[in-house]
Amino acid sequence: MQRIGVFVCWCGSNIAATVDVAAVSDTLKNEPGVVFSTNYQYMCSESGQNILKDAIRDYQLTGVVICSCSPRMHEATFRKAAAAAGLNPYMVEIANIREQCSWIHKDKAAGTEKAIILGRAAIAKVHLNAPLTAGESPVTKRALVIGGGIAGIQTALDIAEAGFEVDIVEKQPTIGGKMTQLDKTFPTLDCAACILTPKMVDCAQNENISIYAYSEVEEVKGFVGNFHVKIRKKARYVDTTKCTGCGLCTEKCPVKKVSNEFNLGLDNRRAVYIPFAQAVPKVATIDADHCNMLKSGKCGLCAKVCTAGAIDYKQKDEIIDREYGAIVVATGYQPIALDKYDEFAYSQSKDVVTSLEFERLTNAAGPTGGTLLRPSDGTHPHTLVFVQCVGSRCEDDGRGKSYCSKICCMYTAKHAMLVREKYPDTEVYVFYIDVRTPGKNFDEFYRRAVEEYGVHYIKGMVGKVAPRADGKLMVQACDLLANEQLHIEADMVILAAAIEPDPSARHLATMLTASMDTNDFFTEAHPKLRPVESPTAGIFLSGVCQGPKDIPETVSQASAAAAKAIGLLAKNKLTCNPCVAHSDEWMCNGCSACEKVCPYGAITYMDKEFRMPDRTTAIRRVASVNPAVCQGCGACTVACPSGAMDLDGFSNSQIMAEVDAICKMK
Amino acid sequence: MQEMMIAKARELLKSGAVQRVLGWKAGEFAYDVEPAVFESAQELEKSFVYNDFCGSNLSKYLIAQSRKEGKTLVFLKPCDTYSFSQLLAEHRIVRENVYAIGIPCQGKTDGETLKGKGFTGILSAQCEGDTFTVHTLYGDKTAARADVLPERCLNCKSKKHMIYDELLGEDGEVLDSHRFDMVEKLEKMTPDERFAFWRGELSRCIRCNACRNVCPACTCEKCVFDNDASGIAQKAAADSFEENMFHIIRAFHVAGRCTDCGECSRVCPQNIPLHLLNRKFIKDINELYGAYQAGEDPDAKSPLTDYTMNDAEPGIVYHRGGNQ
Repeated sequence: MQRIGVFVCWCGSNIAATVDVAAVSDTLKNEPGVVFSTNYQYMCSESGQNILKDAIRDYQLTGVVICSCSPRMHEATFRKAAAAAGLNPYMVEIANIREQCSWIHKDKAAGTEKAIILGRAAIAKVHLNAPLTAGESPVTKRALVIGGGIAGIQTALDIAEAGFEVDIVEKQPTIGGKMTQLDKTFPTLDCAACILTPKMVDCAQNENISIYAYSEVEEVKGFVGNFHVKIRKKARYVDTTKCTGCGLCTEKCPVKKVSNEFNLGLDNRRAVYIPFAQAVPKVATIDADHCNMLKSGKCGLCAKVCTAGAIDYKQKDEIIDREYGAIVVATGYQPIALDKYDEFAYSQSKDVVTSLEFERLTNAAGPTGGTLLRPSDGTHPHTLVFVQCVGSRCEDDGRGKSYCSKICCMYTAKHAMLVREKYPDTEVYVFYIDVRTPGKNFDEFYRRAVEEYGVHYIKGMVGKVAPRADGKLMVQACDLLANEQLHIEADMVILAAAIEPDPSARHLATMLTASMDTNDFFTEAHPKLRPVESPTAGIFLSGVCQGPKDIPETVSQASAAAAKAIGLLAKNKLTCNPCVAHSDEWMCNGCSACEKVCPYGAITYMDKEFRMPDRTTAIRRVASVNPAVCQGCGACTVACPSGAMDLDGFSNSQIMAEVDAICKMK
Repeated sequence: MQEMMIAKARELLKSGAVQRVLGWKAGEFAYDVEPAVFESAQELEKSFVYNDFCGSNLSKYLIAQSRKEGKTLVFLKPCDTYSFSQLLAEHRIVRENVYAIGIPCQGKTDGETLKGKGFTGILSAQCEGDTFTVHTLYGDKTAARADVLPERCLNCKSKKHMIYDELLGEDGEVLDSHRFDMVEKLEKMTPDERFAFWRGELSRCIRCNACRNVCPACTCEKCVFDNDASGIAQKAAADSFEENMFHIIRAFHVAGRCTDCGECSRVCPQNIPLHLLNRKFIKDINELYGAYQAGEDPDAKSPLTDYTMNDAEPGIVYHRGGNQ
């Protein structure tokens, strides 16, 4: 029989207002095995913990029940306190009478009754608790950063600065991400390339950083501190150790009409290409879909002109096996496809562009050399209409996103301002639902666009854009404040397309067993208090993969994720969770049901010899759990038809005892 | 067919290809046919039978037989091959120790059903087309096939063998059966009516465990109902709801693995239509996760132990009219 102590917390008035805490502690005193029961204002306080420690010593308690807040809050606190008093920390159970009771009930009598029942269930469980000892696992002192945009770059640099090895895996031929495509950055208007490319070069030069560009994560196994990752290094058909990045091949390649993705298809590149001048690594890549040599074996011009002998048409994808202690996800975003927004004539007119395309059209390294020209006829546009919230803050019409993409208000103000600055003869209209500019120096920036640069901000949405035969775009819109219809003859329309997580994120999340929300953004462990950690241990989140954010915010979060990863890598050993599953080999049927449901790959099977009751030996297939890999989710215990699988700390019999205690009549 | 089977079995035994034969042997009365293991030609000659009473599914016996030295020859009717295939998928049978011969089946009757229809002094029975002839002490009597076959055979799901090493006779097709009709009828009842229906049926249960013992999905090394440590054994004996609980738990345990062979209802001495519980699960799985029949494709992923993005959420219970 256990000697159980019950401690009921008031949580100030959080619990005590709707639960009669004295009645709870008095009633639970009569439960079997309870030798001590009390209540106190703040159990989590120093003096509250001392009450617990004293009672453990004075009453020789073997089990403790704390009726308080969610175990997510203070379970660790009370376990530590119990351990300090000499009790195994896993002999402590929490009855959640705050989140699951006092906060959701108004009637004090009913709340009190429920608190007693919850306490009773915890007591019933403690009776079957057994002391558990946590094991330890080593930590591989290397981090993986998935995605080489500004988020991934900043995280990698910070981790490398702390002295740990970091690998960046980037699916594009160069790191840099979306920021390389931007022209200027708000609110200070410094050039994106000028501030980003030094960081890219730092990555290439840092001896702790290895860049796997044009590569993708193929498989992730293992667990916090011990991830095993397979990286597919896609064939570039160029030996990166030999290529000097001279670019001669990209000038001689006869295949000239390949849509240039770096300029979002606004111009063309060759079949062998370097995305842009400051690419890191600066090596050529042959696009196998368009290369004549790879398609038909006829050409070979680039190999002839390459003085370094770097071209290798026989190159194959390479699989690299690496081990990591921590993984940072920095997969970023894409603007949404606008094919469902026909009213804006995006697919009908070349002069209707997305904001990211507009960045390229104003960028000195872009297809127009930085002069703003209409894509259709190369003339100078005089009237520009910006449409905000295209697909953001959308009613549930199946086309857009319910969330605010957060960056559009600011970059649109930037675009409008820059156009007016460079081309004072233009008229610029911005249609908005709301203008949202919280952030340091953000609102001042927007007000400058309105007040100093004379940008016409109009509250209302554009209903229709109709291209006219003479090349003009007829924009039909409403001005909600003036309550009137507007008809604007525009030369260009720029759509602030919503941003969404990169499509590769979903598959990656499955590999990492990291959770996502309904919009495919990675979920954080706690929205306020653990914003850069995934609920899956050892996985950290950096940048837009977790939610829309601008560059300053992304960089802050990237450094925060790095700090968390460094904290993990700095440890030599990790304490394992002792609440892991185990299989009773005598009951195991070897049916594989548990193996199929295990999300962590912790279960394997072996043929084992058994001495049977009739003194014969039999070879039976039985399951065994790797306790270092098991996360204690319990999926196997439910799938097991014979009940051979059981979870330490949450055993089948403990859960049954809790259910019995709850169902027991008063 | 019986002669062909004996000849085949004798040949394989003689050549040493198999060490034993799993089949059916005649009992005291014509309808007392039971599963048996034969190890010699003499034993085969003496009592091996294959007739319209050979309803029992031999797959489950392979769990024990395939763990023995040498090979076991087994005769499997189409519906038995579903169970065989499912047991292989669950690693319960050592495949290389089994030689499976598929045999045709036109539906099997049993003594209880015939006696229930008023036949006495039964000597043997024969089915030809839709007419069923029963030879009795009091002369030959006939009945329509539909009248003497159990529901599981009238709504046979398949005449096709899912897995075999050799086939005697012709293989059939998967049938477009009406096996879910009765389940639909039960679904249309109000919750109270349905509860009353099952209380009525299950109250007759005497906990003889025949359904569990015959079930090819119930093959646990140690059944939870026999395991004091499971915390379930005592629950099922708590009160008058005992039998109900036993059958509900059992239905959950075989959900997604039941091949709908109908053995549970065949062996029930109280004639409880137990297979309807399992069929409800099969029907629900079909509707919620797409068509799936355990035992059909050994490589198919069982919906209940496989997660996909399109899986039904728990809230589906309410959408389908469950009590909030």
